[in-house]
Amino acid sequence: MEKTQSTYSRRSFLKSSALAGGGFMLSFTWLSGFKPADKLKELNLPEQLNQLTGYIQITADNVIKIMCPNPEFGQNVMTSLPMMIAEELDADWKNVVVEMAPHDNMKFGSQFTGGSQSVRSYWKPLRNAGASARQMLVEAAAATWGVSVGEITTKAGVLYHKSGKSARYGEMAAKASTLSVPKEVKLKSPKDFSIVRNSKKNVEGIKIVTGKPLFGIDYHHEGMLIAMAQHPPAFGMKLKSFDASEVQKMPGIKHVFSIQVFPEGFEKQMFDTRTFNELVIVVGNSTWEVMNARKKLKVEWEVTTDTKEMVNMRGNKNEQLVPGGLESTSSHLEKMQVRAKQPATVLRKDGDPETMFKNAAYVVERTYNAPFLAHNCMEPMNFFAHVTDEKAVLAGPLQAPALIEPTLTKRLNLPADKIEIQMTRMGGGFGRRAYGHYLVEAALISKQVKAPVKMIYTREDDMTYGIYRPMYTATYRAALDANKNLIAFHVKGGGIPEHPIAANRFPAGAVEHYLAEGWEIPSNITIGAFRAPRSNFNAAAEQSFLDELAEAMGKDPIEFRLELLKRAKENPVGKNNDYDPDRYAGVLKLARDKSGWGKPENGKYSRGIAAYFCHNSYAAHVVDIIRKDDEPYVEQVTSAIDCGIVVNPDAASNMVQGAVVDGIGNAFYGGLTHKNGLAEQNNFHTYRIIRHHEAPKRIDVHFVQNDIDPTGLGEPPFPPVFGAVANALYKNTGKRHYNMPFKSELLKS
Amino acid sequence: MAKYNLKINGKSRQVDADPNTPILWVLRDHLQMPGTKYGCGMGLCGACTVHLNGTAVRSCQLPVSSIGKQEITTIEGLSEKATHPVQKAWLEHDVAQCGYCQAGQIMSAAALLREKPNPTEEEIELGMSGNICRCGTYLRIKEAIKTAAKK
Ligand code: FES
Ligand code: FES
Repeated sequence: MEKTQSTYSRRSFLKSSALAGGGFMLSFTWLSGFKPADKLKELNLPEQLNQLTGYIQITADNVIKIMCPNPEFGQNVMTSLPMMIAEELDADWKNVVVEMAPHDNMKFGSQFTGGSQSVRSYWKPLRNAGASARQMLVEAAAATWGVSVGEITTKAGVLYHKSGKSARYGEMAAKASTLSVPKEVKLKSPKDFSIVRNSKKNVEGIKIVTGKPLFGIDYHHEGMLIAMAQHPPAFGMKLKSFDASEVQKMPGIKHVFSIQVFPEGFEKQMFDTRTFNELVIVVGNSTWEVMNARKKLKVEWEVTTDTKEMVNMRGNKNEQLVPGGLESTSSHLEKMQVRAKQPATVLRKDGDPETMFKNAAYVVERTYNAPFLAHNCMEPMNFFAHVTDEKAVLAGPLQAPALIEPTLTKRLNLPADKIEIQMTRMGGGFGRRAYGHYLVEAALISKQVKAPVKMIYTREDDMTYGIYRPMYTATYRAALDANKNLIAFHVKGGGIPEHPIAANRFPAGAVEHYLAEGWEIPSNITIGAFRAPRSNFNAAAEQSFLDELAEAMGKDPIEFRLELLKRAKENPVGKNNDYDPDRYAGVLKLARDKSGWGKPENGKYSRGIAAYFCHNSYAAHVVDIIRKDDEPYVEQVTSAIDCGIVVNPDAASNMVQGAVVDGIGNAFYGGLTHKNGLAEQNNFHTYRIIRHHEAPKRIDVHFVQNDIDPTGLGEPPFPPVFGAVANALYKNTGKRHYNMPFKSELLKS
Repeated sequence: MAKYNLKINGKSRQVDADPNTPILWVLRDHLQMPGTKYGCGMGLCGACTVHLNGTAVRSCQLPVSSIGKQEITTIEGLSEKATHPVQKAWLEHDVAQCGYCQAGQIMSAAALLREKPNPTEEEIELGMSGNICRCGTYLRIKEAIKTAAKK
């Protein structure tokens, strides 16, 4: 058994208290004591936010209530986090009730859902809390029965003594609440797990299938008004003037006014991205009335000029240029082509790649392009706000409440303890809901109209607002000697407005002479984190390139990767390689074996492989394409994942299958284009989302079995799907595909 | 504004609304029945699917004035305690991820099975292709429909 301390740092503690009616509650708060500093950095969170709190309650009638600290958007943390507590508590899962914590920074910590971090960062602390509560129940039973602690065992919520005595947890809860919290507890060894690693159903399943109001958009408050915000029709435009006279006469309309999201010169924090600063607001009794009335707005917009904005990136103040004017995809592509030829920032260099390229017998060079992507969460952005002079109550879907709270404090002139944020279930997140501008908007509207308000984005508002996955390009080059051995590798990547390059990632470390460079072009089209940021492009480009390279070298694509990984393990180049070659190779081998790679019976498929490492986990997919209605169709996918211990296997498979479908959809159809600042897609008729008949018939998910502490799963399976699709597509069409979305390319060819 | 007498989930409900108001917003705003979801407002995503006399329709495209005496069933009316075979199958396969699209998926599936109690794979795909799931739960939806069909 693993021993851990129940106190991790000076500011961390577990606290027990009695519940009315003879129950027991163990509350917990941690600060960063248990996390290595480098992992903290990866989270990109201000240190003071990196805490977690929650509680376990055991009532006299044996109900175990666990407060889940993290917001839920489909990654199933409301089930998997409590499972970790219940495991060490030896609870009977049938008697566990899970509740979502309201956001309260003092009590619940950062509650950040994103970066595939939830399970990973709570693994030790939540188990520790469960084990502590169990230990106190054991001590209570020992004292009651007059036996020694060591003679007591627990199973499924019952305490046993060899004399035959037994008691349910609830019977000992009152007594346990009078004991002190143990200084040290033992955690189970993975082989003794009985809840973790056993699939448990979604704790909100019944509510979902019966249509209970779980989501922010379902939030209702007596006397609540509905608000919509009209943003400029194009990027690079701003409000000049508006005439509300006609709108105000429409039935059900109460207020029409404009708001300024941030005052002039406002210093933004990292997640304060907002595309349009001035919005015209229509407030009324019902959604339909507001929606209709808004169409009658007469607004004059004007084209913006260059502006500068102060952004505080974790303490580093940065002045950012926001170019004025109307941008188009065609000019973006031209600019990128020109910029790609100019010098860029060197992000990593090993050996002497320039000379090696000069002396190479063969050089393979390919360029990959990908468009802006919209998150298109199924539930559009929305938030409820009720702001008075004394306090603000907000409720809705949000990934990172702690990141927006300081901004709300400033904008509303209220202290943090007067701002309450209630977390609802989210209808998808994918990174989009880490940007809380819509809370600020809702709060300002409520403040202005002095009433509770629910602000809703229509699908069109949501899709044309910005905060997209950036537009990317990357050129990969490989130098081969006369025997077609790989001697140097070069990647130069750029983006609007951010480059995608992760310089220390594979194949860095596996090639003697290596160069990674990046460049950026500013834009007024805003961007944000999108399911596995940067990786979602890199894995497409790099994994297609490696495939083509293997072919040029006359090698099997899996064998070629394994050779590189062998080199990275035995004789790594450079020091900062961010992946573990063994685990990387592990998923490739598992995907190879499970898919029957190279087996003649799979000859009917056009097969493609890709693998990637990001967010601390490893994923590989084999994608099998056939022709359906004379078009390439992904019929089946074999996935191999290494994310350490899999807490809730069936839910984990579901998430991987979802990531595969999402990846196929975005690879084939995803993309936003612009003409004079105007988004050319604004709803699902122009922005195509993968549908039932386009999804694969089978997605087999295999997890590498090991006892490594769990790492993320929401993002890692997503990026390599793109590469595997591209490689399978080549086998099917005989042509390499360099430009996403592939569907548009297929139509052109 | 006009008054309408609607038959929803077996009960009669009075609403006072603009004749063009889609049933989606009548349900969500006027009657506080938010189980039926808004996703696109253009009949493209299926999140708002309800039954009109047993047939699946997109409630965002259905003005309140067009209903007349026809009967509306929403996710709240499919069964009270998740006892409908489709809901049961959804729980058995633990279909949902974020869950937002699922009310619409379930309503489409229930209507599909009423029309075709033993749908083929292709019939399921075709019947369900109007319902988008951004989380990509399509495989499990299909499996759940097959399970429900057996019951
Ligand atoms: S909201 Fe009705 S089909 Fe999308
Ligand atoms: S479960 Fe999230 S959209 Fe379908």
